[in-house]
Amino acid sequence: MNTESSPLFLHVENLQKSFGGVQALKGLSFKVSPGIIKAIIGPNGAGKTTLFNVITGVFPPNGGAIALNGMSIEGCKAREIARLGVSRTFQNVEVFGRMTVLENVMVGRHIQSRAGIISTGLRLVGMRREERQIRESAMQHLAFVGLENRATELAANLPLGEQKLLEVARALATDPKILLLDEPAGGLNTRETEGLAALIHRILEQGITVVLVEHDMNLVMDISDEIMVMNFGEKIAEGKPKQIKNDPLVIEAYLGEEVDYSDL
Amino acid sequence: MQSSNRKALLGLTLFLILFPVVAMNVSAIGHYLDIMIFVGIYCLINMGLSLLMGYAGQISLGHAAFFGLGAYTSGILCTKFSMSPWLAMVAGVGITALVAYIVGVPSLKLKGHYLAMATLGFGVIVHIFFNEEVSLTGGPSGFSDIPGLSILGFSLNSDLSYYILVWFLVLLTLIFSLNVIHSRIGRALRSLHDSELAADAMGVETSRYKVMIFVLSAVYASVAGSLYTHYVGFLSPSSFDFFLSIKLVMMVVVGGMHNIWGALLGTWLLTFLGNEWLHVFHDFDILVYGAILLAVVMFLPDGLVHLVPRMSRVWKRG
Ligand SMILES: Nc1ncnc2c1ncn2[C@@H]1O[C@H](COP(=O)(O)OP(=O)(O)OP(=O)(O)O)[C@@H](O)[C@H]1O
Ligand SMILES: [Mg+2]
Repeated sequence: MNTESSPLFLHVENLQKSFGGVQALKGLSFKVSPGIIKAIIGPNGAGKTTLFNVITGVFPPNGGAIALNGMSIEGCKAREIARLGVSRTFQNVEVFGRMTVLENVMVGRHIQSRAGIISTGLRLVGMRREERQIRESAMQHLAFVGLENRATELAANLPLGEQKLLEVARALATDPKILLLDEPAGGLNTRETEGLAALIHRILEQGITVVLVEHDMNLVMDISDEIMVMNFGEKIAEGKPKQIKNDPLVIEAYLGEEVDYSDL
Repeated sequence: MQSSNRKALLGLTLFLILFPVVAMNVSAIGHYLDIMIFVGIYCLINMGLSLLMGYAGQISLGHAAFFGLGAYTSGILCTKFSMSPWLAMVAGVGITALVAYIVGVPSLKLKGHYLAMATLGFGVIVHIFFNEEVSLTGGPSGFSDIPGLSILGFSLNSDLSYYILVWFLVLLTLIFSLNVIHSRIGRALRSLHDSELAADAMGVETSRYKVMIFVLSAVYASVAGSLYTHYVGFLSPSSFDFFLSIKLVMMVVVGGMHNIWGALLGTWLLTFLGNEWLHVFHDFDILVYGAILLAVVMFLPDGLVHLVPRMSRVWKRG
């Protein structure tokens, strides 16, 4: 699937984002090295989704820098970021509801294909070949997440868990080097969450770096190489799972919340 | 092409071949051939509107203007400058595409009601232009003596010849549009309709595709306008007013806008209703249209075309 992937480093420096009076990101700095699973955790409203949105160009930051292999990308359009090899899923699922499951993933192949309006309208030979490749590749990505037998169903008719998997397949279809997952385990049962952990490992084996925002602490502690903890738009801790578990600041940040600390 | 589409195309083609044979031999419906030419002309416009509204999810309340731009460009170039009609048609497409691009780039940044208002305003401005630019357009009374079309030296001087030309172009445009729908471009349009956020994240150039399909739909309307001009032989602004824009949208919605076949069905039904079956209502026909629209939106939100698979299921069950 992702054969010629050269490593991609993500650097974030002093990133700021505010919505009116709310400062969602207050000068956040961190980096993501290639080939790891990096988790970002923090209480509700910490700014995790905002961070993903700014990185992927949903809206520009108010200050700071984001760089991929040293090239600054802050303020780039979402479609440009996708072409640079960063793809994502959404916390509140954003599948294309009135399209089939397979068609959803085929949209993921958009940036890997080029037929224009004339060659599609006339179904020229090159376009037909490309269309076949899009379909085959999309089918492979569906099989990769285990949704191949749902291919012809409307995406809106899938249960939430499968919609989340569909978003993963769609994001993978763009051939990303970095994959941002926003709460992929939200709404999944224990068995599904175990399947998700295995899936994330297989994604890593494809040479894709995974950045994971997640509230499920068992999952995070299990699979992450590094964890960054955010609170009120700031980084309050960063390190290996073991270090994070014993960090007093982290424990304090979570004290306001009803989380099961026996796991931490 | 999907097999269901191939079957429908075959069915439509058969119908189109048989229709004039029947119409020309049954005097009561002899003039239906003339109405079918208008159905074909409006079908051209509405296939574009279906792509724009049903697939890409962008509304236009100004498509009568593109229809009019094609019509007036052809009419003016052929009468005042003695240009060849086919060349004039191409010029009309060029001018209309350019105008659609200039209007589309800023307006398609708007959403929903704002886009509706912007396109509506554009339609009104173009209509005023047709009315006021008297030296060019002949003003409110328009102008006549527009020459007919000819192909390879044969002039099209019968209803049948226009019927064949118009519906031949409709079929070509339909096949082109179906091909676009079942491609990465069609999927890009539908994806931005369902979630612009996700489409952007997948790298789809959403604003570019919106403008592209807006321009394409304007081009369809422009060709329809040129055909109209040469068939009717005279032009006046009242054929391209705001009410036409509304009627076009109604046809697409009544037929079913999420399916290009729905646009054809709605156009056929409402054109026949308007020209033939609703004469008793005189100027109140717009009210009848409104009632039909209301009924469809309330009880059949996916349009009349949605009944077809249901009916064929009932048929198969026997
Ligand atoms: N588009 C927006 N407009 C206005 N305010 C926003 C927007 N997005 C986020 N915020 C605000 O920014 C802050 C951070 O929100 P964000 O969604 O990034 O948190 P989060 O860490 O993802 O939380 P959760 O764990 O609940 O998903 C919150 O106060 C939120 O209300
Ligand atoms: Mg969030």
